[in-house]
Amino acid sequence: MSIKNMTEEKNWSGQKLVSTDYMLFEAPREKHFMTGSEVLKEAVKRCTVDASVSYPITPQSEAAHLIGELWAEGYVGVYFRGENEFGVMSEVQGCSMAGARTITTTSGPGTLRAMENFPTWSGTRIPCQLVLMARGINSPLSIQPDNLEVSFLLETGCMIWYAENVQELFDMSIAAFTVAEQPDVHVPIITSVDGFFVSHTREAVMLPPDDIALRPYNPYAAPLPPIDSEMPPGRFLRDPFVMKSNYISYATHASWQWEVRSAVERSKPYARHYLNGLAHTTGDEDAEVAFVACGTAAHQAKEAQRELTKLGVKSKVVKLRTIRPFPHEELLEAVKDVKYIFVPEFNIVGWLEKEVSKSLYGKCDAKIVGRPRVAGGMSMPAEAILQEVFENTGLKKGA
Amino acid sequence: MAKDSIKIRMPALGGQGAVTAAHIAATAADTVGYYAVSNPFFGAEKRMAPSESYTRIGTVPIYDRGEVIYPDIIMIYHPQVITMGKSYTMPFYAGIKENGLVIINSDADLLTSEDKKFLDSMNVKVLTRDFTKFAIEKAGTELATNMAMLGALFGALGTIDKPAIEEGIKDRFLKKYTASGGTATLDSVIEKKFKKKLDLIEKNLETASAAYDLTEAWAKEVGLDQILESASMVQGERVI
Repeated sequence: MSIKNMTEEKNWSGQKLVSTDYMLFEAPREKHFMTGSEVLKEAVKRCTVDASVSYPITPQSEAAHLIGELWAEGYVGVYFRGENEFGVMSEVQGCSMAGARTITTTSGPGTLRAMENFPTWSGTRIPCQLVLMARGINSPLSIQPDNLEVSFLLETGCMIWYAENVQELFDMSIAAFTVAEQPDVHVPIITSVDGFFVSHTREAVMLPPDDIALRPYNPYAAPLPPIDSEMPPGRFLRDPFVMKSNYISYATHASWQWEVRSAVERSKPYARHYLNGLAHTTGDEDAEVAFVACGTAAHQAKEAQRELTKLGVKSKVVKLRTIRPFPHEELLEAVKDVKYIFVPEFNIVGWLEKEVSKSLYGKCDAKIVGRPRVAGGMSMPAEAILQEVFENTGLKKGA
Repeated sequence: MAKDSIKIRMPALGGQGAVTAAHIAATAADTVGYYAVSNPFFGAEKRMAPSESYTRIGTVPIYDRGEVIYPDIIMIYHPQVITMGKSYTMPFYAGIKENGLVIINSDADLLTSEDKKFLDSMNVKVLTRDFTKFAIEKAGTELATNMAMLGALFGALGTIDKPAIEEGIKDRFLKKYTASGGTATLDSVIEKKFKKKLDLIEKNLETASAAYDLTEAWAKEVGLDQILESASMVQGERVI
């Protein structure tokens, strides 16, 4: 197995090369029953991945391990374990700058240890993918799902998508490479899921055959040239403008940060296509109550929505699939006629409620309630959501 | 009236195979056409530490994830769950729904009169039985306790048959399986106990099947109503 075995039709492991459209929308699918960790292996297997760097931390260790198995089976070009998460994310950057399609996974405290790298990733415009299996962060300590860490990633200049279940993790992690690698986007992507609720949950999933794979990444279409014998890693890293200490250095820093964020915005049309929309709305069209949520919280809200229907209350669930870019237009359209917006979250700070409030400020009269919130790995039964609805609205059961 | 979906909570101790049992239960339910989801919940991964697993089965799509706070069925894998509080909920039956079922693996009745009074008031049926001894008798190893518990669950439910359990067990032991270090170690221990993997599956199946018969008879005897509606009630084409 070697990159030299690549042809126009097949990758080095003999898989037939297909378009992302064919992989996601056209290829026949078969039902499987597997966990989120297992499905990520299936996604990576179909993505002609050049490099992956790993480091163990619950709950993403199994996923990292399984990508290693793909390397042993000849599907992934390079695979190794980093020294720690900081090392891993630095090495991911190196691989990606060298022109490799690169993926890694982490969770909770690992994310925070690696923090400096994420804005560096976006600044160097690498299209690598981090699959974040969210877990609580210290202190005290939790290995359970709690997505507080996502709030730390919001302003890193990386795209952030949020998958709801095992199926979405599969489809999103494939679409993620394609959107991130568009020459006019070309920023890193963080595909998030809630640890355990997705990584360790076994459920039905539809998969295309495994003898097809995405066409390889073309690093020569990148907005920054990849490393080669002429080009040292990121000229502006080696020879930064700030060393000149003149007005241009500050202007460059400012304008480049704008450019990174504009690139994230430019991903919207691609994401709308490959994700079938940046937000998905289910439930009653003429709802009085909307739940705006992402990930498992959207699942729990759907359970509550079904119960509310039985109780005679009309509600809808607006599931946000991209957090960066934030789907402002889709959100406003979905909630423009509701009276109450609830933002159920698996963290204590309510970062999504802040995002929703900021997005709708001055545009929507609905009362926004940032509840229920659970943290540290607690679950969010539909019963808890219903209780918040009846306590915070004038709605009555059976109305 | 049988429900369109049920939630099963399985408090156990690390090493007992409750995670495996929950996954097999969901796979078996999926095989006969139900919507099914399973997931584990644990802290530090070590033997004899609290470890819970959950299975949700229904004829409607299942969105609920994570810990089961309001279970229809509770399966206690080890007496210490009750006697030493090794579970994520106290008392162990916290949140149990009306007309539910509790299966306890114990050689002694562990319920206080207060427990019994409460469970009676909720019309919850309780079966206490030494399934570890049962597993040793049937399979020659206490490591098959989870298979006995699994069979007991399906015998009481009555809507997921033995061939489906067989599918679930084969899926777990014949396919390449992702397991944590601890589980992989236990897998290799149990595989060494039986000469061949197929022997292992055979013994597991026999254990589950015998436990199925046991609870099926018990359910009739105590007049346990059907808890979960039949998989034939799934409307239209099942969507993921």
